[in-house]
Amino acid sequence: MSVPGPWYLALAAMLFTIGAFGLLVRRNVLVMFMCVELMLNAVNLTFVTYARMLDDIGGQVVVFFVLVVAAAEVVVGLAIIVAIFRSRAEATADDISLLSG
Amino acid sequence: MDWFVFVVSGVAALVGALGVVLARNPVHSALMLVLTLFSVAVLFVAQEAHFLAAVQVIVYAGAVVVLFLFVIMFLGVDHEEEIGKEKLIAQRPMAFVVTMLVLLQVMLLARTRWATGASSVTGVASDPGTNIEKIANALFTRYLLAFEATSVLLVIAVVGTVVLARRTPMSGIRSVQEVDDTPAGPAPTEAAAEAGQ
Repeated sequence: MSVPGPWYLALAAMLFTIGAFGLLVRRNVLVMFMCVELMLNAVNLTFVTYARMLDDIGGQVVVFFVLVVAAAEVVVGLAIIVAIFRSRAEATADDISLLSG
Repeated sequence: MDWFVFVVSGVAALVGALGVVLARNPVHSALMLVLTLFSVAVLFVAQEAHFLAAVQVIVYAGAVVVLFLFVIMFLGVDHEEEIGKEKLIAQRPMAFVVTMLVLLQVMLLARTRWATGASSVTGVASDPGTNIEKIANALFTRYLLAFEATSVLLVIAVVGTVVLARRTPMSGIRSVQEVDDTPAGPAPTEAAAEAGQ
């Protein structure tokens, strides 16, 4: 354990911030989805770091569950995106505003 | 050596993340995502999470990114996005300020020492034995219910995806079969019945 845990936490915080910024700024739905994956990965890195710092395998098990849920989320989300693209040719996040009232 | 690995893969992860956000072409974003995911897998190995590193490479860098690329190619959206106009006023500066505040807060939290709580007695990560053994021990004893719920979740995801991706008459777009059938007069079965009479 030569690299202290807080360095990993800082790196994960930066990754999370970049992902959140991309989610707020980008309009392409697919790229927004990739930014969500970035944020999930940053949190996974945090969990693994805490698992090492606290000497507890539970953190790694939680990351395992996050991976499974993220895979299921990607599958369903991409199916929704495909369904949206079928009904309209050009779909950015600005175009999908049916629920905005 | 540890610092070397940390710095190199950390910089690669950050470059990949910036590439995901800044690339105009979605295909480039997906490829940059691979760089980030792989670097995070290296960081997992550096923290002795070997099983998770393998799963990260196989599931994320393999399956998920391939799925992304498949959808990009399938939809034909692999062209440059015009980034110029903003629909909301000052969306980017506001997003920048908000995310910088989040970063500041998380950095402050990372500096404090509240994470050093009571350490585990059942699943000690530094026990003798391989990493995958310890994860399996925890997964199939303490987290068994969550593990079973995960399988239910995967089944629901598969069924939901099939339902979403199916072409139904209600989805707004008529299938080729329907478009071909509509201009004809009576249905073929009725025509056959009439011819029989």
